[in-house]
Amino acid sequence: MFFPISHSYINPLYLVVVGFLIGILGGFFGVGGSFIAGPALRLMGVDWNYAVGTDLAHIVGKSIVAARQHRTLGNVDLKLGLIMAIGTIGGAEGGAQAIQALKRAGNVNTVVSWVAIVVYFSISIFMLWESQKTLRSRKGRSLNAAEPKADHSAFGPVTERIQRIRVWPMVSLPTSGIQEISLWIILLVALVGGFFSGFLGGGAGYIRMPSMVYVLGIPTHLAVGTDLFEIIISASYGTFTHAIKGNVDILIALVMHTGAVIGAQIGVVATQYFAGPKIRLAFVPLPLIGVAIVLYTLLTGHKL
Amino acid sequence: MKKESEKNLRAFAAELAIYAVLVTAYFFLVLHLLGNWLYQLDLHHRVLYAVVALLLIVGQAIVLDALTALLFRILRRRWR
Repeated sequence: MFFPISHSYINPLYLVVVGFLIGILGGFFGVGGSFIAGPALRLMGVDWNYAVGTDLAHIVGKSIVAARQHRTLGNVDLKLGLIMAIGTIGGAEGGAQAIQALKRAGNVNTVVSWVAIVVYFSISIFMLWESQKTLRSRKGRSLNAAEPKADHSAFGPVTERIQRIRVWPMVSLPTSGIQEISLWIILLVALVGGFFSGFLGGGAGYIRMPSMVYVLGIPTHLAVGTDLFEIIISASYGTFTHAIKGNVDILIALVMHTGAVIGAQIGVVATQYFAGPKIRLAFVPLPLIGVAIVLYTLLTGHKL
Repeated sequence: MKKESEKNLRAFAAELAIYAVLVTAYFFLVLHLLGNWLYQLDLHHRVLYAVVALLLIVGQAIVLDALTALLFRILRRRWR
């Protein structure tokens, strides 16, 4: 099928299947899935700029459906999501500025690639260690399928210390079960996530979701739902700016969205059957896929 | 308990099937009615294109979700 906006021929079934897979990941882990969608579009010959912009457009729709579904399950903290959206947009601008500075210095590809490898790899290793340790602990073993939302983390003592930092203004997040936390800590987490979103591309859910769990102490199910809600805002902003620059093929996004919304709903429902540490353990391979893609482009010179 | 979850799962599958039909129909409708116009918009009116693109994707998510829920409720009443 010919898509005139991006001048590309793509089998729509391929787009639906890619969307479906990313949808499941999005609904289950609260990530946008751009580390798969971007290369998948590139593989079909879509220009890089269209791959990035179109991917963001389909993420908006998929995140709306998944966040709505998570909300009905009580997994979205709207207050936290709105605060984080402010930090994310600010951070994304900072990340984009850093890219511009590296472009001027002439070493953008190498620096971004190595930063991506270190960040993705560190997240995977840390989450593997933490989720395994939690699942082996007495509290972790007592988490069962009857109470999947009950959460516990081996990193909990550090999180509690972070929550005790008293820098005014303090905010309470009753939906997430947090009595008081400094607004600046939330903004800092969002800023860092946003920075990597602007610096490495995509929605950076692979950084934000774990940060929400380990730094802010948000239960995993709520972190997934709230991250999706926050992605709606940041990806809408991204879609708009990319569309103005001529980087969005909305027809491709709509086809991908057809599969993504179905997958997202399945992903959301699946979270009901897993406890927090198990979701975190299942998350471990995702950043590693990102590492594999970056290593491939570094070693072969091919841009996926 | 098991029967209840089986029932919920079946309802979810039915709702998903209705949704799948609607999103597919929506895409072909947009392609048929707006395909050429969107192409022209992207070439000549980028800001309007950006707004329409967002509306189309948000519409697909929100309107069709609401429509699915409505259709599902109607069908459920008929089955009873």
